[in-house]
Amino acid sequence: MSEQTKRESLSEQLLQRATVSRFDVEQVVIVPVLAVVLALIIGGVVMLATGVAPQAVAQSYAALFTGSLGSVYALSETLTAATPLTLAALGIALGFRAGLFNIGAEGQIILGGIGAVVVGFSFAGLPIYLHLPLALLAGALGGAAWAAIAGWLRAATGAHEVIITIMLNLTSMRLLTYLLRNPPIQNPERTDPISKSVLESAQLPHLLDWLEPNLRLDAGIFVAIAAVVFVYWILFRTTIGFEFRASGLNPDAARYAGMRSGFIIVAVMALSGALAGLAGANQVLGVIGRVSPNFSGGIGFDAIAVALLGRSHPVGVLIAGLLFGALQAGGRQMQASAGVSLDLISIIQALIIIFVAAPVLIRKVFPWPFRSKAK
Amino acid sequence: MDVELRGITKRFGDVIANSDVNLSIRAGEILGLLGENGAGKTTLMNILSGLYRPDKGEILIDGKPVRIESAKDAIRAGIGMVHQHFMLVPVFTVAENVVLGVEPVGRLDWLDLKTARKQVEEISAQHGLDVDPDAIIEELPVGIQQRVEIIKVLFRAASVLIFDEPTAVLTPQEVEEFFEIVRSLRDSGKALVFISHKLHEVLKVANRISVLRDGKIVGEADPKTATDAELAELMVGRPISLGVEKKPATPGPPLLEARHLKVLNEREEFAVNDVDLTICAGEVVGVAGVQGNGQTELVEAVTGMRPVASGTLSFLGQDITRASTRQCHRLGMAHIPEDRRRSGIIGEFTIAENMVLNTYYDSRYSSGITLRWPDVYKASARNVADFDVRTPSIFNLSGNLSGGNQQKLVVARELSRDVKLIVAAQPTRGLDVGSVDYVHDRIIEARDAGVGVLMVSTELDEIMALSDRILVMFRGRIVKEFDAAKATIGEIGLAMAGVA
Amino acid sequence: MAVTETAPARTKAIEHSRRRQTLITGWLLLVLAAFVAVVFGLDSSGNASFRLAFPGDAFAVPNLVVPAAPYAYAVAAILAFFGARHFMRGAARWTGWLLGIGLLLAVTAFLTWATDDKSFSLTGMLQATLVRAVPIALGGLAGVLCERVAVVNIAIEGMLLAGAFTGAVVGSVIGGIGGLASAVLVGGLFGLLLAVLVVTYRIDQIIAGVAINLLVLGLTSYASSQVLTTYRHLNNAPVFQSINIPFVSDIPVIGPILFQQNIFVYGAIIMVALSTYYLFYTRSGLRARAVGEHPEAADTLGINVYRLRYINVVIGGMVAGFGGAWFTLGSVGRFDDNMTGGRGFIGLAAMIFGRWHPVGALMAALVFGFADSLQQKLAILGTPIPSEFLAMAPYLATIVLVAGLIGRSRPPAADGKPYVKE
Repeated sequence: MSEQTKRESLSEQLLQRATVSRFDVEQVVIVPVLAVVLALIIGGVVMLATGVAPQAVAQSYAALFTGSLGSVYALSETLTAATPLTLAALGIALGFRAGLFNIGAEGQIILGGIGAVVVGFSFAGLPIYLHLPLALLAGALGGAAWAAIAGWLRAATGAHEVIITIMLNLTSMRLLTYLLRNPPIQNPERTDPISKSVLESAQLPHLLDWLEPNLRLDAGIFVAIAAVVFVYWILFRTTIGFEFRASGLNPDAARYAGMRSGFIIVAVMALSGALAGLAGANQVLGVIGRVSPNFSGGIGFDAIAVALLGRSHPVGVLIAGLLFGALQAGGRQMQASAGVSLDLISIIQALIIIFVAAPVLIRKVFPWPFRSKAK
Repeated sequence: MDVELRGITKRFGDVIANSDVNLSIRAGEILGLLGENGAGKTTLMNILSGLYRPDKGEILIDGKPVRIESAKDAIRAGIGMVHQHFMLVPVFTVAENVVLGVEPVGRLDWLDLKTARKQVEEISAQHGLDVDPDAIIEELPVGIQQRVEIIKVLFRAASVLIFDEPTAVLTPQEVEEFFEIVRSLRDSGKALVFISHKLHEVLKVANRISVLRDGKIVGEADPKTATDAELAELMVGRPISLGVEKKPATPGPPLLEARHLKVLNEREEFAVNDVDLTICAGEVVGVAGVQGNGQTELVEAVTGMRPVASGTLSFLGQDITRASTRQCHRLGMAHIPEDRRRSGIIGEFTIAENMVLNTYYDSRYSSGITLRWPDVYKASARNVADFDVRTPSIFNLSGNLSGGNQQKLVVARELSRDVKLIVAAQPTRGLDVGSVDYVHDRIIEARDAGVGVLMVSTELDEIMALSDRILVMFRGRIVKEFDAAKATIGEIGLAMAGVA
Repeated sequence: MAVTETAPARTKAIEHSRRRQTLITGWLLLVLAAFVAVVFGLDSSGNASFRLAFPGDAFAVPNLVVPAAPYAYAVAAILAFFGARHFMRGAARWTGWLLGIGLLLAVTAFLTWATDDKSFSLTGMLQATLVRAVPIALGGLAGVLCERVAVVNIAIEGMLLAGAFTGAVVGSVIGGIGGLASAVLVGGLFGLLLAVLVVTYRIDQIIAGVAINLLVLGLTSYASSQVLTTYRHLNNAPVFQSINIPFVSDIPVIGPILFQQNIFVYGAIIMVALSTYYLFYTRSGLRARAVGEHPEAADTLGINVYRLRYINVVIGGMVAGFGGAWFTLGSVGRFDDNMTGGRGFIGLAAMIFGRWHPVGALMAALVFGFADSLQQKLAILGTPIPSEFLAMAPYLATIVLVAGLIGRSRPPAADGKPYVKE
C-alpha cells in the first residue's frame, strides 16, 4: 500500500467512535439517584431529631410521594413547579459551561417578572398571539439586562460575578418593593404592595383546566422544553456554543484561538439572564397573574442546585428540574398533611448538591453499586 | 555523607516511572544523572527528597537503611533539592523564603526575622552567594532566584544537594558561574547530583555519570572518556544523529516587519523596548535569550494576543499593529504556543474539537453559526493521520495524549492550513527526542516550501541547528544579529548576558 | 552580576497609564464639584444642626451648626480645586488620597443638605456605624483568614446565620455567655465542614460554599418554623448590654462612639488585632500565607498544607460564628428567618476592598457600616429619596467598590485552587 492509501485507511479507522462510550452510567445515573436517596435518609434523621414521631416521618415521605406523583393534580403541580426551575437552571448551566457563576438568577427572575407584568397589563386590545410573545420577550429582556450588568463589569474590570450578582439580587428585591408601592406598577385599587393584574391576552393559557378547573399547569412548559432544545443546540451545534465551552474549560487557550473573552462573558450572562427572566415571566404570566413581593420565591437559588445536579447539561437539567419540581410539590403536600415544615426540602436539596459534587461521600455509605475504583 | 538507592521502583497507575533503580551518591563528588524528558529522573529525585514514596526498594545513608516518608524526613536526613521550577513564594522576601519551615522564633510564636536575615547573610558570605535578604523574590532576576534556592538548601545543613535541570534558565556565562559554585560545594565535602538532559554540561562538570532511560539505569560512564555520541545513544536507545540536516536558505520577500515595536507587560514595564525585526519567506529566524527578556511578549504582540504600545507591525504588506488574533490567523499566520497545556490545547475537548480550535468559524466547518461536525471529523481524521498523532480515535480527550502527541496535534492544526508565517515559541519544550526530531523536520520542511519561521527558544542547540539568522534579545531589545553559519556559542552567550 | 535595572523603562510606562487615571479622576472631581454646588448648594436655605452629645454625658458638647448652602459651596470649591490639581504635573502620587478625601467631603455636603433646617445626631450615627460594621468586619475577617490559605469561603453568610441561630437558642436556655460560646463552636463546625469538602474531597470551593449556605438556611428556617414557633422560650435570648470603659468613655464625642459599645465591638477589634499579629508577625502566620501563595513550595519544605488549611478555615468559621451571634445576642435577642440579609457577602466585599488584610477589612467594614447607618438615619429624617433606594445603598456601594478596586489588588496567588499532593 502506498503512503497515501495507508493514511486514508487510518483516517477511516479514526472516524469510528471510541468503543468506550462517554456516557458513564455511574456518573450520570447511579450517583444522582443515590444522592437523592441518601439526602432523604438524612432528612428523615433531621425530622426525628426535631421531635417528629417516626410514624409522622413515614407519613411525611408518603405525602412527599403522593403530592408529587400520586394524582393528576400532583403531576400538574410537579410540572408547574418544574417549569421555572428548569428555565432558570438552564441559564445557570449555560453560565457554568462558560466558566461563569451566575448566582444572580433570583434577581434576574424578579426583573423578568417586572418586565413581563408591565407589558402584560399594558397594551389592552392586542390579540394573544402578539401580546403573549411580547410579554415573554419583555421578561427575557429584563433578566438579560440585569445579568448583563454583571457580565459587563466582569469583562471590563475583572470583578468576580459571584459578588456582583449577589449584590444585584439584594438590590432587585428592594427595587421590587419600591415598584410595588408606587404607581404605575402598583394596583391602584389595593393598598398592599401588589401589581396590576396581567390582561387575559397576555396570560399563558392553562392546559388542563378542561379536565379539572384547579389544575395549574400552563403553557410555560412548552417554553421550558423549547429552551432545553435551544440551549442544547447553542452549546453543541453552534460556533457560539463552541466558544462558550472553550472559554469555560480553558480561557487561555480560547484567547489564543482568537475568541474574544469579553464578548463571550457578556453574551453568556445576557443569555443566562434571559432564561431566568423567562422563568420570572412564566410565574407572572402563567401561575400568579401579577407580581407580588415574594413571587420569585427562592426559585433562583433552587435553580443553582438544579443546574449542579444536572451537571450543566440541558437534558440533565430538565431531569433535575423535574426532580426538584417533584420535591416542591410533594413538600407542600407534606407540610399540609403531616405538618412538617417545607424548609425540610431546602435541607434535602442542599444535601443533594453536596453528595453529587462529592460522590466519594456516597461511596462511603453505599459502596456496593460502584464498580470502578474510587478516585 | 554517602547515599545509596537500591531497587527503587515507582509506578503511577499504568506508567512505570522508575524500575529497579540502583544509584550511589558519594560525598565530595558530583554525580551526573542523564536522561531525556520523561525518563524518570525527576521522579527518582522526588523519592529521595521525600515527595514521593517508592513502591519497592530502599534508601541507605552511610550504609544504614532510612525511612524517608516526607519532605521533613529528607530535610532532617540532610538531603536538599533545588527544583527545576523554583519553590519560592514570589511575594515573600529572600529571608522569609530561606527560613520557611525552620524559622527562628521568639515568644508567642513571634517570627524572628532579624535573626533570619543575619543567618542568610552568613551563608551568603560563606559560599560566595551574594543576595539581599530583604529583596522580594518576584523582583529578582532568575539567576539570583536560583542562588536563593541554593541558600535555602544550605541553610538546612544539607549534605546532599540535588539540582534538577539547573541551567535551563541561565545564560552561558551564568552557567559557568553556577559550575564554579557547584565545584566549590563539592570540594567542601558535599555530595551533589546534577540532573540534566544536556550532554555537554554534564560532561563538563560531573565526576561520574549515570544514564536513565524509560525508568531504568541503562549505563554508567566516566566523563573523562565518554563521548557525546555514546551518551546520546544510551539516553535514547538507538544511534541518533545530533543535528539537523538542512539546505542553505533562499529567503524570499519580507513577510513580517516590526518597526520600533514597544510592548508593555503586566507590570506596565516595556517588555519589548524598541525592536526592529524582519522575517522573510523561506528563512528561519531564531530568537535566543534567557527567559524573561521580552520574547514572550514579542510573540504575543506579533500574534495579536497582546496590544502594541507603540511602533508598527506589518504582515504581507498589511498593517497588523491593531489586528486581532483571528485576523492574523486569517492572513496566514500560524502560532505554536510556548505552553501547550495552557494555551495550545483544551484538555477536556476531544482531539477533533482541538483540531478546529481556531478554524471552527470557517466556511469549511460551519454554515453561519451552525457547526458541521461531519466535516470537522473528516478533516480531523485526515490531519491526525497525516501528522502522525498517535491516538486510537479522534474522539479521545486531548488531555490524555502524551506531551509529544499533544505538540504534534498543535503542529497538525497549525500546519494543515495554508500558512505563510509560523511563529513557534519553545516548540520542543519537554518533548522526547523522537518528537523533537519530528517538530524540527516539520519546521525545516515548511521553511523549504517558502514559509517564514520566527522561532523563539531558550535551547541554544535548537536555535543554532535550525536557524538561518539568529537574533539575541536582552532586556526587551535585539542586541545582536548573527549569521547562523558563522556564530559561536560563546558569542551568542555574551550577547544573551547583555555584553555585546 | 545581573542587576535589577529596569527603572527607566518602568517609570515611563507607568507614567503613561497613571497619567490617564489622573485625568479621569480629575474630571470626576470637577463633575462632583458641579453636582454638589448645584444640587446641594442651590437647594439649601437654612442651617443644619448636628448633635454631638447625648443626654447624660459628662460634658455637654454644643451642637455643630453648619449653614447648609455656604457649606455646600465651600465643599464644591475644594473639590474643584482637587480636580484642577489633577490637570497639573506631579499630581499622580496624591490621586488616591484626593479622591478619598473628596468623596468624604461630598458625603458631608450631602448630609448637611439632608439635615437642612433639621437636627441630626452625628455621634449617634457614628456610634451606629461601628455597631453595624461589626458583622461585616467579622465576616470579612473570616474571609481573610480563609483566603490567606487560598480557600474561597462563600459560606460566610451561612456561618453567620448558623451563629445567629445557635446564639439565640442556646442563649435562651443557658444565658448569653453560653450562647456566645456555642455560636463560636457551631461556626467552627461549619468551617470544619467546608474544610472537609474543599480540602479533603476537593469539591469546587464555590459549589461547596453555596451548598453550605443552602444547608444552613434550610436547617435554621426549618428549625425556626418547626421548633421555635411552638417552643417560644427557646427564642428569647438575653442581649449583651454595652460596657462602658471607665474614664475614656467620658471623652466628648469620641467616648460614646468607641468606648460605650458591647462585647461584640470590642471583640471584633481584638480579633482584628490578633489576626494581624498572627498572619504577619508569627511563624504559623508565615506558613499559612505561604500555603496560600505557593502551596507546592510550602509542601516541599515539610509544611503540612492540608493541616494548615483546615486550621485556618475552622478558625475563620469560629470568627464567623461569633459575628453571627451579634445578630441575635448583640441586637434583638430573637432569631428570624434569614436575618443575616447578605451581610456575609458584603463581608467578602470588605475583604477584597481591604486587600485581604484584617485591618483593611475592618476599615472597609466601617465604610459599609457608615452607608448602612446613614441609610437608616436618613429614612428617619424624611429625605425625598425613597427608603428602598437608601436600602440599596450598601449593595450598590459594594458593586462600585469591588468593580473599581479589583484591578489594583491581588488575592493570594493560589486562591480558589485545591492542592493535590501526588
